[in-house]
Order: sequence, then C-alpha cells, then structure tokens
Amino acid sequence: MTTPPVPAPAAAATPATSASDSTPSVSSSTTAASMTAPADRATTTGAPSAARSDPKRRRRSPRTPLSPRPSVPLTLVTALVLVYTLLPLAWLFINATKDQKGLMNSFGLWFADDVNLWDNITRTLTYDDGAFVRWLLNTLLYVAAGAGGATVLAVLGGYALAKFAFPGRRAVFAVVIGAVAVPGTALAVPTFLMFSRMGLTNTPWAVIIPSLISPFGLYLMWVFAAEAVPTELLEAARIDGSGELRTFFRIALPLLMPGTVTVLLFSMVATWNNYFLPLIMIKDPDWYPLTLGLNAWNAQAQTAGGEPVFDIVITGSLLTIVPIVAVFLLLQRYWQSGLAAGSVKE
Amino acid sequence: MGWGFAGPFVAVFGLVLLAPIGYALYLSLFKDRLIGGTSFVGLENYGEALADTRFWEGLARVGLFLLVQVPVMLGVALLVALAIDSGRLYGRTFFRVAVFLPYAVPAVVASLIWGFMYGTRFGLVGNINDALGVTLPDPLSPSLVLASIGNIVTWEFVGYNMLIFYSALKVVPRSLYEAAAIDGAGEWRVIASVKLPAIRSSLVIATIFSIIGSFQLFNEPSILQKLAPNAITSDFTPNLYTYSLSFAGQQHNYAATVAIVMGVITAVIAYTVQLRGMRKG
Repeated sequence: MTTPPVPAPAAAATPATSASDSTPSVSSSTTAASMTAPADRATTTGAPSAARSDPKRRRRSPRTPLSPRPSVPLTLVTALVLVYTLLPLAWLFINATKDQKGLMNSFGLWFADDVNLWDNITRTLTYDDGAFVRWLLNTLLYVAAGAGGATVLAVLGGYALAKFAFPGRRAVFAVVIGAVAVPGTALAVPTFLMFSRMGLTNTPWAVIIPSLISPFGLYLMWVFAAEAVPTELLEAARIDGSGELRTFFRIALPLLMPGTVTVLLFSMVATWNNYFLPLIMIKDPDWYPLTLGLNAWNAQAQTAGGEPVFDIVITGSLLTIVPIVAVFLLLQRYWQSGLAAGSVKE
Repeated sequence: MGWGFAGPFVAVFGLVLLAPIGYALYLSLFKDRLIGGTSFVGLENYGEALADTRFWEGLARVGLFLLVQVPVMLGVALLVALAIDSGRLYGRTFFRVAVFLPYAVPAVVASLIWGFMYGTRFGLVGNINDALGVTLPDPLSPSLVLASIGNIVTWEFVGYNMLIFYSALKVVPRSLYEAAAIDGAGEWRVIASVKLPAIRSSLVIATIFSIIGSFQLFNEPSILQKLAPNAITSDFTPNLYTYSLSFAGQQHNYAATVAIVMGVITAVIAYTVQLRGMRKG
C-alpha cells in the first residue's frame, strides 16, 4: 500500500547528482521565479534583439525550429482547445446575469433581455439568511489555516531534508512519497472514524488538520532548497555563531521565497476547491465551505418540491471561482516556475 | 537539528496519513454483527470484497474510463504544449493561461456548469434541440454519463497537464534543436526524436497521476448524481461504493476493506506503469 509510484523519488532521491529533470528544471525555475522580468528584458535588449532588428538575417532562415514564424493555421487549430476551455466559463458568466425566467427562455450563450447580475449577486449573498457569506468566511478560514499551515510545514520539512544529514532522512522521504500513491479517498473512512472518536468531526479542525499535509509541497521545497540555498552560506553563518533558527530566517527563508509562494498558491487552490474531505467530516451547514454549500443548494433545487434556485446556484458558482481565478492570474509568474521546478502533480 | 525542522511535518503526516492506514488495516480484520457485536474475522472481509460484483463492476467502469479519458486528455495536452513551445502561435501567453484556467475551478463548480449545460431544460443541449428541432442523445442518460464525466475531467485537467509538459519542454537545451536542424531534421522529426524523449519522465509522471486520479473518481459523479440519479448508482465507482457503504450503510469494516483493496490495485498499476515507462529508451 505504501509502494511508491516512484517518479518523484527516483528523480529526487539524489538531487545533487541527478541528471534527470528535477535538477536542471529547478535551477532554471529559480532564475525564472526570482528574476523573470529582468531576464526577459535582458534577452530582448541583448543579442537576440540585435538579430531581430536585422531583417536579412531573419529572412535567411525563417523555418528552423529556433526562429519560427507564427503560423495562422496552427493558431486556429489550437484555438479550438481554447474555445473548449473557455466556453463553460463564458456560459457561467452569461447565465449569472439572468433571472429564472431568462434562464429558461433565452439562448444559453447569449444574454437575456434584461441583465440581472447585480440583483443575482445580492440575492445570492442574502439567500438562506446569508449562508453564502458564512460559507465564504469558513472557506477563508480553511484556506488560511490549512494552506498556510501546509506551506509552513512543507518549507521547514523541505529545508531539513535538503540541508541536514540526520538519521532517518531517507526513510522520511520514501514514506512520504510512497503515501502519495495511497488514494486519498481510501483513507477517508478510517480518518473519519478516527476523528470521530477524537471528537473532531463537525468542527473546523476536521478540515484543517488533513489539509496541513502536502507531499507535493514537501517534494517541491526539498528540490528547491537543495538548489536555491548554498550550503557554504549556511556554514559561514554557523561559523559566525548564528543559531540554526536565526540562520533559517535570515538566510535560507529569503532564498526560498519563490518556491514558498508556489507551494502556498497550490495549497490554496487545493483547500479552496476541496469537496470530499469536508463532505465526510462536516454535517453542520454552519461549517460548510463554499463547495459543499453550493452542492447543497443544487441538491435542494433538484428535489421535487424544493425551491428552484438555479439562478442563485449559478451566480454562487461564479462568485466562488472569481477570487481563486484572480489570484491565479495575478501570480501566474510564480506558479508557472514552481511547476517547472516540480514537474509533479499532486 | 534536522528533526527540529522536519519534525512538525512528520508528526502531522503520521496523524493524518499513517495512522489512518494502520487503522484501516485493523478495521478490515473485524466484522460488526447485529448479534454478538464486533468480532475478529481474519481475512473474511477480503474474501468477500474479492467476490463482490458491485466492487468489480465499479472497477471495470473506472478502468474503461481510464483507457479512454487519460489518452485523450494527455494527447490534447501534449499537442497544445508542443504548439505553444514551437513558438509558432500568435498570443502564446494568452493560450497558456487560458487553457490552464479550468484547473482553478473547483470540481463542484465544474460539474455544476457542465451538468447544467448537459441539461435539456436550460442547458446548451436543450438550446440546440429547440433551435434545430432535433433531439440530441441525453448526455446524462445511463449509456452516455460516463463519457460526459470524462469530458468534465478532461476539461478540468487538460491545462494542468499541458503546463507540466510545457514546463518540461522549456528546459530542453536549445542546442539539441540546433543540432537536429543542421542534420536537416524537419519539425515533426525534431518532436519525435528530440522533444518527446527529452520529456519522457514528465509524460510518465503525468500518466501515473492521471491513472491514480481515474481510480479515485468520486467528485464529479457524486455531484452529477443529483442531476442524473438513475444513471449514476451508489456503486458507480469504487470510491462512491466505499462512501455509500460507510456513510449510508454504516458498514465501516467492509468499507475499509474495499478501500484497501482499491489502494493496493492502484499502487500496483501505478508502479507497473512507472517501471515500464522508465525502462524503455
């Protein structure tokens, strides 16, 4: 059951000597994350742009893989995938502007005659005695405590694995990676029963505690710390009499920042989007996160005799994804480089 | 000193991962009977699980799902990653971000959006039926619902996998392309002989995680169940089965057993794919 699928450990067990993806991608991501903008600027103002400004040189070899010309047919074909990924989001936005009547009577991919977005939003926020706001606050609590805590643990653990030779170090890593292969849902029943005995079910702790572990985060921070923090720097600090904690906060942590932000982002998404864990742990609607609340409203709308609140479910769905999508768009520089470092999926 | 830093992670890890595994193994050896209470039954639960047709039917269903959905999703992801990496797209940054976007959408919201769109009442399927005067097959009918779920999962994760492939392609040394170009290799040749071998480990990792994800299929069918109660039964996937055994049926011991059997099968298959994927080439 703890047999690892080993992709990550095989590549990561020896980060310093590994010739496979992990090491090169980490160094590249370190630079990418910490100095994306300057690096880009350097390349556009440096030698390549000189080549670009020389039209003759450009014309001579237009089709090598190194200096390709944008292609209209390829762009159009790839745009089909774009339509596929954006269409449902467009549908969601358009239909969040309709009232029940508009939903039933108008074409799904175009607006109804009157735009009710603002009205829908206020109704969503006040429906059910403001349950949506309550669930939003719960979600924020779970994200702050769960994802924040997961990031702290992953940074500390990854730093330890990368920079300290302590007994049991390899065992820790093997066990953690092995456990990634265990289906999370397989653990659900025993975890629920355990937490139930400890009196933790139906409290925020039941959602927060399991969210604290991110094997992906630990792996990412381990590979990242191995590359980003020079051991000599730590030794110099120790010789100067700096304690380990002080060395960590003053020297290691600033260097680990890009990786830390990536882990925080992905833990935030995982916690914000979590459905299964709260589904089994939380029965009291007062502690629901947004995902469970929306599902409950939808279930209510589907049952015979239930109040049909599809407009509210749709608007609530839109409100649920807006913050997380905004975070992703604003911080895309970090998660893209972070993925490059790990090239691993949780 | 290292334990001081690693300690907190290891402690919580033990509590939320190792302890439940141990507890599940313990539970699987007992049985709760109406008369006589809980008693030790050895491996009896395992025998029962291995002969349980509801479990095997669910497993066959996710097996079929995985054979179709995973290649389609990874294939599209790889093509998009290659297209963006080729540098021959107009607006490549926009492509990269927009294709990735669905990853940030919770499974609940993704299933609700698609579930509504599949619907005949105010969904797109209904719109098309009305506009063209046709009756499209219902995506939520028993025969099509698995494909409809596959579409939702593909939509959620195609961008994520694209980004993994793209990240791996980005660190392939450009000098390799140069050498291939000097040898007169065309673009397809470069893809087949240089790019794909270079990102092999990413391809294997993405495949393994997609396999694990398929075996764990739960969220999407669980949410669509409200829209299609007749098509999605309580034993539709092994995880739905475990869930309903435990929380609707109170058969905790048997549910733990099914979960363990499922975990072992998942690990064995993931491990096999990993060995085979890494060995070639």
